[in-house]
Amino acid sequence: MPKFVFLATDVVLYLLLVATAFYAWHALRTPNLRQTWRIVVRDPAAMCAAVVLAVFLLFALLDSFHFRPLLPPAAGAAANAAPAYSTQTLSLLDALLAGARQGREKTYSEPLATHQYSKESMLVDGKMVRDFPRLQFGGAHLKDEAAEWPGDVAARSAAGLAGGALGALLLWLLVAALRARSTGERAAQSLRAIGRRETAVPWRAMLLTASALALFIGWVAALWPVYHVLGTDQTGNDVLFQAIKSVRTAMVIGSLATLATLPFAIVLGILAGYHKGRVDDAIQYLYTVLSSIPSVLLIAAFVLMIQVFMDKNPQLFETGVERADIRLFLLAAILGITGWAGLARLLRAETLKLTELDYVQAARAFGVSDAGIMRRHILPNVMHVVLIVAVLDFSGLVLYEAVLSYVGVGVDPSTNSFGTMINSARTELSRSPMVWWNLLAAFTFMVVLVLSLQLFASAVREAFDPRARAFRPHRGHPATAAAAQAGAPAP
Amino acid sequence: MLNYVIRRIGYAVLILIGVNLFTFVLFFTVNTPDDMARMNIGGKRVSQDAIEKWKVERGYDKPLLWNSSAPGTGKLTNTIFYDRSVQLFALDFGPSDSGRDIGYELRQRVGPSIALAIPTFLLGLFVVIVFSLLLVFFRSTYLEFWGFTLAVFMMAISALFYILIGQFLFSKVLKLVPISGFAGGPDLFIFLALPILIGIVSRLGSEALFYRTMFLEEIGKDYVRTARSKGLSETVVLFRHVLRNAMLPILTSTVAVLPLLFLGALIMESFFGIPGLGSYTIDAINAQDFAIVRSMVFVGSALYIVGLILTDISYTVADPRIRLR
Repeated sequence: MPKFVFLATDVVLYLLLVATAFYAWHALRTPNLRQTWRIVVRDPAAMCAAVVLAVFLLFALLDSFHFRPLLPPAAGAAANAAPAYSTQTLSLLDALLAGARQGREKTYSEPLATHQYSKESMLVDGKMVRDFPRLQFGGAHLKDEAAEWPGDVAARSAAGLAGGALGALLLWLLVAALRARSTGERAAQSLRAIGRRETAVPWRAMLLTASALALFIGWVAALWPVYHVLGTDQTGNDVLFQAIKSVRTAMVIGSLATLATLPFAIVLGILAGYHKGRVDDAIQYLYTVLSSIPSVLLIAAFVLMIQVFMDKNPQLFETGVERADIRLFLLAAILGITGWAGLARLLRAETLKLTELDYVQAARAFGVSDAGIMRRHILPNVMHVVLIVAVLDFSGLVLYEAVLSYVGVGVDPSTNSFGTMINSARTELSRSPMVWWNLLAAFTFMVVLVLSLQLFASAVREAFDPRARAFRPHRGHPATAAAAQAGAPAP
Repeated sequence: MLNYVIRRIGYAVLILIGVNLFTFVLFFTVNTPDDMARMNIGGKRVSQDAIEKWKVERGYDKPLLWNSSAPGTGKLTNTIFYDRSVQLFALDFGPSDSGRDIGYELRQRVGPSIALAIPTFLLGLFVVIVFSLLLVFFRSTYLEFWGFTLAVFMMAISALFYILIGQFLFSKVLKLVPISGFAGGPDLFIFLALPILIGIVSRLGSEALFYRTMFLEEIGKDYVRTARSKGLSETVVLFRHVLRNAMLPILTSTVAVLPLLFLGALIMESFFGIPGLGSYTIDAINAQDFAIVRSMVFVGSALYIVGLILTDISYTVADPRIRLR
């Protein structure tokens, strides 16, 4: 039995998942929220983004169950000796992708390569030769790599793509069948409706996205066991594996930092707007001070202090992963502590407006306590602002992490993140011959992740803030354009 | 107006005091100077003598707030707080942890930062306004849709990628400009061309979308309808009437950041080896030089506050209807 390790960020991620599930349940039961979310669910771009995000989230969650494997008993140890655990903390994802993680090379190798990217002195038939050595892992199953490589890659790619296509086909049929059960039509009819875009929920767009993902995953799954699909980095680690691990870091930073801003922003923002006067002045002063310090400098100052603290107390962290995780956790907390001013300002303004409304006056006349009014009448009515700001900020935080890691105040150097990947890519591009795959992997994963986050966020904003809907671009259909003009906010 | 400005400056001083106290607490009480010394010298086994020596050299051996052993006003002034925090208001930054005068360094580095920041800002503003006005001009056409999509896509790309790919493309492949470095005189242009270009492109996406919504909000108003019904062409309506009226919200978003430009685009300077304030800060963070980081926090927030006051004043210039009291 391995020893389970619950890292700080893991626990928060689980709690966040539970909270999201609770919110979904709550939204389903509340007619108002349900109606608003229906707008998001019917937006094709947002739902395609949601499909991609779901896959990323799956990776992040798989990478959030940590354990320390049990070591085999040492030779000659007593039978009742305490079990010894590895000093390495692994995640479920590490265990699933053990091949890619353990198949380390010496240094750089190109995607799908069988040979190292740089020459080395080798002893061949008793003579010193400088040549590209074979990789220990990539293409190790090939005997005559020059002749077999193209055929092997082609065959594996074809098999992988076929597998992916099959998976995609099954998905289409599954969705059609499930949809047919709820609408009462036959499965074939349902499939036709999806294909003709006659469904309210944009199933066709979602399934096309899912199919593209399935094809890609199938292709990778077929090649990964024997090749480094995206090559290896300077220390010979698999780049694709690192990119997938980076997804969790990005997700953790985004969600935890957003979560950390909420208590400050909500409590202080509402208090300032509700009480006005002295309280308002004090809280405004506090967030003006915080927001007048350029954020990179403020974060740098905090992180430097934490480094000193962690340097002073090394005994608090059992393994390297735990240490890196605490740093990640604290970084997210710092981003929260330094970033709540903007939301607090919005909430203050919104609360100022709400306190003048009749129902708040009525509650006050009935003798409801201040705390009660704030909790029951004001908080629920500013939640849409909180939601909009939270989803909009998420992608910005993912981008910000990369910059902070570059500046040197980001995640622990041992944590895989897009920032550290880009950092190493900097020297690799000016190397000759150039190493491009590290940058390509970071770029692709990051753009797909951030773009999906942004598309989803903008749909949520449009649903919860009707004013934003007027600013959608319209493709050249005169009818819809005219409708949009008419729907523009009339004075 | 004058009254208003004086009141704002008073409030600004209050905020600066807040910033100052905050950084003092963060840097000196969360961790003691001993911890800083240990980290700065490096290694776990640092002798107490080395720590004391490090502290004496940098004046960190004094008491934090109250020096009971000093005579007279020295009780207050012969302390870390007075030396390192109060003196900042007199723009006396003291020596950095590596012993160099911070004030001198700042004066040396302000020039290159401005040389990079001002053109980036002005050209960037021009490009963004033109791009977003074109998006509005071609609204409800495929051009707008694809322009919008392009802007969304550009927004999803980290600035770091723009820098890396720009350096690779223009310096390594096309060999148009040097990869990094800085020089005065006529060479200035070739060293700054690429950082300015990348600085503009990396912000284009998000800012163009922001300006586009502001122009669209403006375009639904009555005066635009009047202008159109007078028979003015769409170009004149957009570039003369709408642009001028939309300047007010644009001012809010840009003037406030103007003084912060002096800090330079942090990463841009460090990537391109421009000896400005931004690269100074990043070097200080990497060298864990607490004195420089503390000074930069103070300078940065002072500049930000100046920016806010400038924003308010520029309102009255841009829109005579607004009166500050």
